[in-house]
Amino acid sequence: MTLPPLAYHALVGFVVLNVVIGMVTYVTLLERKFAARMQSRIGPYYVGPHGLLQPIADAIKLMIKEDVVPTAADRWVYNLAPIVFLVPCVLIFATLPFAPGLGVADLNIGVLFFLAVSSLEIVGLFMGGWGSNNKYALLSAMRAVNQIISYDLPFVFAALVPVVLAGSLQMSVIVEAQRGLWFGAYPVIGWLSFIAFLVATLAAENRVPFDILEAESELVAGFRVEYSGMKFALIQLGEYAHMIGTSFLGALLFLGGWLGPGSDYVLIGAFWFLLKAMLVFLVITWVRWSFVRIRVDQILAISWKLLLPASLVLLLAAAFWVAVRGGHGA
Amino acid sequence: MTAADAAARLREQFAVEPTVDGSLVSAAVAPEQWQPVARFARSTLGCLYFSFLTAVDWKEQGMEILCRVENLDARLAVMLRTRLAAGVDRCSTLTGIWRGADWMERECWDMFGVRFDGHPDHRRILLGEDWEGHPLRKDYAVDTPHAPYR
Amino acid sequence: MVHQTVEIGYGGSERLTMNMGPQHPSAHGVFRAILTLEGETVVGVDAVIGYLHRCHEKLGETLTYVQYPSIASKTDYVAAMTAELAYVSAVELVGKIDVPKRAQWLRVLAAELQRVASHCLWLGTWCMDMGGALGGGATVFLYAIREREDILDLFESLTGARLLYGFHQPGGTRYDLPAGWTEQCRKTLDRVEQRLGEYEAMLEDNAFFLVRTQGVGVISRELAQEIGVSGPLLRGSGVNHDLRTAAPYSSYEAFEFRVPVETAGDCYARYRVRMVEFRESIKIARQALDGLPEGPISSRPGVKSVGQVRVPKGEGYARVEGARGEVGCYLVADGGAKPYRLKWRGASFSNLSVLPHILPGVKVADVVAIMGSVDPVFGEVDR
Repeated sequence: MTLPPLAYHALVGFVVLNVVIGMVTYVTLLERKFAARMQSRIGPYYVGPHGLLQPIADAIKLMIKEDVVPTAADRWVYNLAPIVFLVPCVLIFATLPFAPGLGVADLNIGVLFFLAVSSLEIVGLFMGGWGSNNKYALLSAMRAVNQIISYDLPFVFAALVPVVLAGSLQMSVIVEAQRGLWFGAYPVIGWLSFIAFLVATLAAENRVPFDILEAESELVAGFRVEYSGMKFALIQLGEYAHMIGTSFLGALLFLGGWLGPGSDYVLIGAFWFLLKAMLVFLVITWVRWSFVRIRVDQILAISWKLLLPASLVLLLAAAFWVAVRGGHGA
Repeated sequence: MTAADAAARLREQFAVEPTVDGSLVSAAVAPEQWQPVARFARSTLGCLYFSFLTAVDWKEQGMEILCRVENLDARLAVMLRTRLAAGVDRCSTLTGIWRGADWMERECWDMFGVRFDGHPDHRRILLGEDWEGHPLRKDYAVDTPHAPYR
Repeated sequence: MVHQTVEIGYGGSERLTMNMGPQHPSAHGVFRAILTLEGETVVGVDAVIGYLHRCHEKLGETLTYVQYPSIASKTDYVAAMTAELAYVSAVELVGKIDVPKRAQWLRVLAAELQRVASHCLWLGTWCMDMGGALGGGATVFLYAIREREDILDLFESLTGARLLYGFHQPGGTRYDLPAGWTEQCRKTLDRVEQRLGEYEAMLEDNAFFLVRTQGVGVISRELAQEIGVSGPLLRGSGVNHDLRTAAPYSSYEAFEFRVPVETAGDCYARYRVRMVEFRESIKIARQALDGLPEGPISSRPGVKSVGQVRVPKGEGYARVEGARGEVGCYLVADGGAKPYRLKWRGASFSNLSVLPHILPGVKVADVVAIMGSVDPVFGEVDR
């Protein structure tokens, strides 16, 4: 039995969407447990065995909470913002292959699509900050535009290094090109660009030490200070989905995606892929729970004075290297 | 500069009778001498450190303003005090001499109703702007209920 | 003065007034700062305090010398031991009441443990201000609060209370050390001392922590003295002034310790001063445990009535070096069982009043970092 292509893609998309949402809920539990261990406490424990049902309890709580809209808010912008924020964050999963042939669409411009869509989250973010009509949220939105635009460039440049090395924008081709050596382990160029990618990821995800948009000790909760209930949940969902998506991208571009012992079987390949992505995620989490936040001017200085030139040089170096020694593409 | 030196200086300059107790010099001055003595304490006695300023309500004997400043290097403390006549609630400010007098004088106004002439920001500090009366005065009726606490 | 604003950049036509507090994650209680911003830069500050005002000075006039010490601990509820000590010292000074040697040493022991506990809370909350409740700051906070808990456990077995102790009374202390307390205390001190090194490693080896604190919120030596800030703020600004050595009280002259002084005057200098004070306090507490003299713990044992302590006519100013600086009590007695006038010189009040002078010109993020480094306790600011 074969399905018509449209129905097939719709089905796969539905499955991926649900897997992503399920992962997001459980990734929050993972992060909370991980943070708790770092802080010498236990973390969620009482809902279900070892707190395993905690994310579900949280989700239910958020869904049944009262939805408060500030009277002074710009209702249209305020209500639309979580959706505008969430859509690109989920859309980035469209081009991610989880294993050979397992994915919604393995576009030949997959990386480009990912980078283009993922930076659209800024629109929803700014709408939320602006529409809330709250000074904390406004300041946060202002910081968001500053920061995300500054860090998109080094993020893109760092992500382009594997593209140049592999000679393709297609995710599966990039993964297959790492069969001999992961790009994250590629001497010098790979190492440095992986580090640059991680730093830029932290900033693009607004994680500590770059979480100045949320900055709950100054701006209370930044752009989402006025959101409650389901809209807040959507924003959280979007944020974590974006973070997982970026972790996936990191695993694909630098850690060899699904490659590993036995990866010819689809499920084993998907397992390796998830494991690597979670490793990237845990590194981000680890940094989050051990650093203090830096100031907005310092963040911009790091981006424009250090990270951007460095990633640009790396990209040029990679291009030069490929021109001299030839690429790794299939 | 020892406490005895400081007391002698104060005595010859302002014709006051300071008392000395260990490293503490206490000088009672007339209200009109309040600023000059303070300026003298800062410039000549080297009392850069502003410890506190407060008042004591002596009922019909008037309000006493106290100010303690210190010379940390010489370990010398000077307690300046002035007695306002009964019914008088004005005193000159020390904010131009020590910036720390700002909040202390505001607190003094808040609690005792003493006005400090020349204070740049003469508002209540601890109580709300709409509070009636000055609670640390001895004639303040403690047991009278105040809105909204009835 | 308070309404001063600084002109920066483009003439200042696009200003935003932002209200921080009294309900704000970094309000450290109930501080309210009305900030005028130009972009991210603070150009004007109006500090509003008084939300926690209970008129302690009036309370002091209406309660007897026996009743008030346990209320005095509510001025600075984070370091209640030293607040009580300031009040009973004033009563003893004006009333010329002797304190037995053992009581003096017990007071030193309690005061130093309290300083450690208070600095623990400062370290945690300050890092939380800079690092966020959802970030590295919270990690330091949870570590530091764990150490504070250990010390509060000690206080609990000593006095039966964890926050407001009622340990001091005019003439001595109310309780003696229970059996086994000394060993427990030594173990706790060892543990805290060892963990201090971990925190220093976690913070000082972290470039982000350094860029957030070094050169931020500089209080000049002159400004510090003029405002009358005290404690770690004053010593962080290069003034070597610690009441424990400058005007020893309660047998502090018998102890050996170092007074840390830093000259930079920024947040990092204040941090360094407090980290050294941690260790010095532990050292003093160990000395107090080692050499604790035998004898009575109070020259006036037993409280039979609330009006039992009467203080002759007179006045005096007693001060102690609390965790936040000079905690002073100016007491005027009229011969009765209650003071005629009681003035609290709260260290936090003076320390906080430096904020309007140093905040203009900094970024919003630094406002909370600077405020955390001042370590205000609003019970003591508002009294």
